Amino acid sequence: MGSQGGWGQSKEFLDLVKSIGEARSKAEEDRIVLQEIETLKRRINEPDVPRRKMKEYIIRLVYVEMLGHDASFGYIHAVKMTHDDSLLLKRTGYLAVTLFLNEDHDLIILIVNTIQKDLRSDNYLVVCAALAAVCKLINEETIPAVLPQVVELLGHPKETVRKKAIMALHRFHQRAPTTMSHLISNFRKRLCDNDPGVMGATLCPLFDLITEDANSYKDLVMSFVSILKQVAERRLSKAYDYHQMPAPFIQIKLLKILGLLGSGDKQASGAMYNVLEDIFKKSEPSSNIGNAVLYECICCVSSICQNDKLLKTAAEVTSKFLKSESHNLKYMGIDALGRLLKRNPEIAEEHQLAVIDCLEDPDDTLKRKTFELLHKMTKSSNVEVIVDRMIDYMISISDNHYKTDIASRCVELAEQYAPSNHWFIQIMNKVFEHAGDLVDVRVAHNFMRLIANGEDDEGAGSQLRSSAVVSYLHILAEPKLPSVFLQVICWVLGEYGITDGKFSASYITGKLCDVAEARSNDDTVRAYAIAAIMKICAFEIAAGRKVELLPECQSLIDELSASHSTDLQQIAYELQALLGLDARAVETIMPYDASCEDIEVDRSLSFLNSFVNQSLQNGARPYIPESERPGTLNISNYGAHDQLEAPSHALRFEAYELPKPSPPPIPPALLAAAPVADLVAVPESAYFSTEPHQPSEPLGGAAMSPAEHGLRLRLEGVQKKWGRPSYSSSSSSSSSSAPSVSAPSAQKPANGVANANGAAAAAGAQARDSSYDSRRNPLVEVSAEKQRLAASLFGGSSARREPPPAAPPAAGRRAVKPVATVVAPAAPPAPPAGDLLDFGEPSPPPAAAAAVDPFQQLEGLLGPASAASSQNSTVGAVAADLLSLHADPPASLAEISLPGKNPLAEISLVGPAAPSSPVVKKGPNPQDSLEKDALQRQLGVVPSGQNPNLFRDLLG
Amino acid sequence: MGIRFVLLVNKQGQTRLAQYYEYLTLEERRALEGEIVRKCLTRTEQQCSFVEHRNYKVVYRRYASLFFLVGVDNEENELAVLEFIHLFVETMDRHFGNVCELDIMFHLEKAHFMLEEMVMNGCVVETSKSNILAPIQLMDKAA
Repeated sequence: MGSQGGWGQSKEFLDLVKSIGEARSKAEEDRIVLQEIETLKRRINEPDVPRRKMKEYIIRLVYVEMLGHDASFGYIHAVKMTHDDSLLLKRTGYLAVTLFLNEDHDLIILIVNTIQKDLRSDNYLVVCAALAAVCKLINEETIPAVLPQVVELLGHPKETVRKKAIMALHRFHQRAPTTMSHLISNFRKRLCDNDPGVMGATLCPLFDLITEDANSYKDLVMSFVSILKQVAERRLSKAYDYHQMPAPFIQIKLLKILGLLGSGDKQASGAMYNVLEDIFKKSEPSSNIGNAVLYECICCVSSICQNDKLLKTAAEVTSKFLKSESHNLKYMGIDALGRLLKRNPEIAEEHQLAVIDCLEDPDDTLKRKTFELLHKMTKSSNVEVIVDRMIDYMISISDNHYKTDIASRCVELAEQYAPSNHWFIQIMNKVFEHAGDLVDVRVAHNFMRLIANGEDDEGAGSQLRSSAVVSYLHILAEPKLPSVFLQVICWVLGEYGITDGKFSASYITGKLCDVAEARSNDDTVRAYAIAAIMKICAFEIAAGRKVELLPECQSLIDELSASHSTDLQQIAYELQALLGLDARAVETIMPYDASCEDIEVDRSLSFLNSFVNQSLQNGARPYIPESERPGTLNISNYGAHDQLEAPSHALRFEAYELPKPSPPPIPPALLAAAPVADLVAVPESAYFSTEPHQPSEPLGGAAMSPAEHGLRLRLEGVQKKWGRPSYSSSSSSSSSSAPSVSAPSAQKPANGVANANGAAAAAGAQARDSSYDSRRNPLVEVSAEKQRLAASLFGGSSARREPPPAAPPAAGRRAVKPVATVVAPAAPPAPPAGDLLDFGEPSPPPAAAAAVDPFQQLEGLLGPASAASSQNSTVGAVAADLLSLHADPPASLAEISLPGKNPLAEISLVGPAAPSSPVVKKGPNPQDSLEKDALQRQLGVVPSGQNPNLFRDLLG
Repeated sequence: MGIRFVLLVNKQGQTRLAQYYEYLTLEERRALEGEIVRKCLTRTEQQCSFVEHRNYKVVYRRYASLFFLVGVDNEENELAVLEFIHLFVETMDRHFGNVCELDIMFHLEKAHFMLEEMVMNGCVVETSKSNILAPIQLMDKAA
């Protein structure tokens, strides 16, 4: 066994820590840990491991898990250690167990007993350790085992025990509110505890309870107010002061609670005004913690019933935040502004330029926060500018989580405030193009419905559609479009591609074939594409034109007819069948632009009556309802699924009936409730020759859009068995009404824009103001640019609330322009400056000598104390270096060292700058830390220039 | 629940202390730590000390070579969390005396004990340094 070091740790442990500390790469670290795992596996199971040694092993296990490796082989030893009599070992055991196990782990059951025993201990520290473990390890099932004891401990003479007991109850309430609903009153009681620590802890469960149900706690408003008042007046023990603020964390918690209680309650709010005013006055805006309390005050003020005086103070503080150089404060300011906005929308105008600065800041966090603010202040007058900005940002980021968030914000705002459908479509195109795979499919379905019947005015509607077609044909040239977007494009091209006669059917079909070909592994897109082709063919036939399939189209159909996807197969067969029909039939099957029509389903299939009668006369066997039929569960059952609740899926143990002599071939259509369900199974020639016209309704439905299959074809059962789920369940787009069938003649708009070169932009270009477009030109002059943006973002609110949708952005902007011009010069772009919050930021690394081996020299210094060294001159020289080790050089030379950068480079910069005065400003004197460092060295931890950072004073 | 995790990571991205207040599997923790550290370590001093990550907000602060990262809920007061970190460091500093990365590595359990006193169920429950350190000092004496 290694020599025992100064901390009761073995050489082995110190070596491990040292090697982990000096590891230069993850791979090296992993190697060390894997080796450690091998050692531990061997050692930990040896008989009679001394307890102290075992504690060290447990800590080593903690290291193993912390560095990302599995240490489950040693869990049981951690569990055993919780039984130990020594407090330190017991607590270490509990700590390890809480780090290793979740509350549902099998081993927990072994600990419950120990916990119960420890909760009864005479040693309050043991009780505390057990309560801490209770908070992490007790699950719903084991709560009753400890609950009575925990409740008893609420009256323990030691305040720290009462505090932890409260938190244990808090945990139980989080886990299983019902198990302790009768104990809630204990929280109220403990709020009046003499000890501020217990009172402060009680605020945590009370906060949760009040969040759930504020009304039951209105009686506590006065108590909270008076506690807050006492705290603010420094009535609590000095021990709770933090940076000269009296118990700021308790203040913050109380302010949160008051915000909840005062929301929408005039009387409660009235009781708070005084104390809030007080805190606004007393909080020190120069310290970080003071600002934290101030920010919480703002949150509270914006949540409770309005008080103009407080709002004014809150606005002033917010404006200080926004004007600060610190990004942290700016961030808080933006957030505060968002909260105050709902009380007073005009407040934003004063800060428009600050907001725009934040919007353009390279700091992504700040930018996102600012978008959150803009989202809150969007209205119809500024929606275009805001959504435009959001889209630009969305395109620029790569993080999918952010992208999804911002895309859904765009969609939400666009759906809510869109000034025109053109604009909406244009925005949606961008969202689909850049984040199509991240948005909800429903967004796409809503969008298709909007294109189909969005405009009340039929002329505008068709114009909209043809401009969509033009832009989509253009966009199709882009590589790598998201699947959802391609689905939308295919659907639009299918429905409206040839409507205005600008594009020939073969041109559109060719494009669709390209899509299907390029997306050979995306069945949904292929289904949309082939369905679109079918629609185009149908429209052509119905219009009396002859359809000549392109060779690539024919080969696509052939390929899909043999597809592994039954859905694709089905559409391909339907398409082939459709090509053989005459115009009248096709027109009934696929009425033009009827995607939003309701479909009447003839559930009794009365149109087949004559056929059935004829068959019966010809000797066919009469139809026997499925329920009365013995056994045979054939494929058509699936079609009848929802009429016939559950055809028994249970195993049948009796023998099958003997096969009956086969009946004359009856088209399975007759057996099934919905004939088309069996379309695939029937040779299509036979099917169509026997009944050329009848099934028009359902088949027509099938062809309209793949999204509608489920509803029209009653294919649910089939698809659930074999089909792609994404494609079967979505019937959402078919539920709308509002007929918009239009005569093709009405669809001939002279759309000038449509021919312009523009992509998606072209579609809505005319809806936009030209001055607005100039915004996108290269930045000519920044401040003018900012002014314009400010005006368009904030202008609307003062100028006019709801400008006519014709040209909202322009109107809003012009009206406010003068204001913006006045403000602009006053707020030049802020020069980057040091972060206010960053006191004590990376002091320079140890003196230059550190790279060699600081301890070589450190020992020299320590020498005089113990060994009366004679090297006084060396000591002096080294002392200077040492001072710099613990000194706090002013302005820290902004040493932003990149990971991996040679520490030597940083060191030489700072060495001489280190002053000698601030050395003793905190903590034990440098001599102590020198001794500590020397000890580390004695113990064999030599930094050897590998990672001198390990020794750096964190607060230095 | 306010605080979801407390992480100490050095400049090289090596974890020095990890405490989670909700259960994550080893793999989830590994992934989360990797992603967050990558995000935070690339930020400059001028940028703000808050980063959104998945559904967490991460408040971080750098001390010498060590980054202290605290994952919180959306409603948490970021500045207060920043000061909570500082309080933790000050507390460790009081105990260890000029605390450095190596102190935390050698006394991992003590750092955890301090955190245990300060945070329960993800809530800050104790902010008095003497109260936080009292049980640890008693244990030291007894040992």
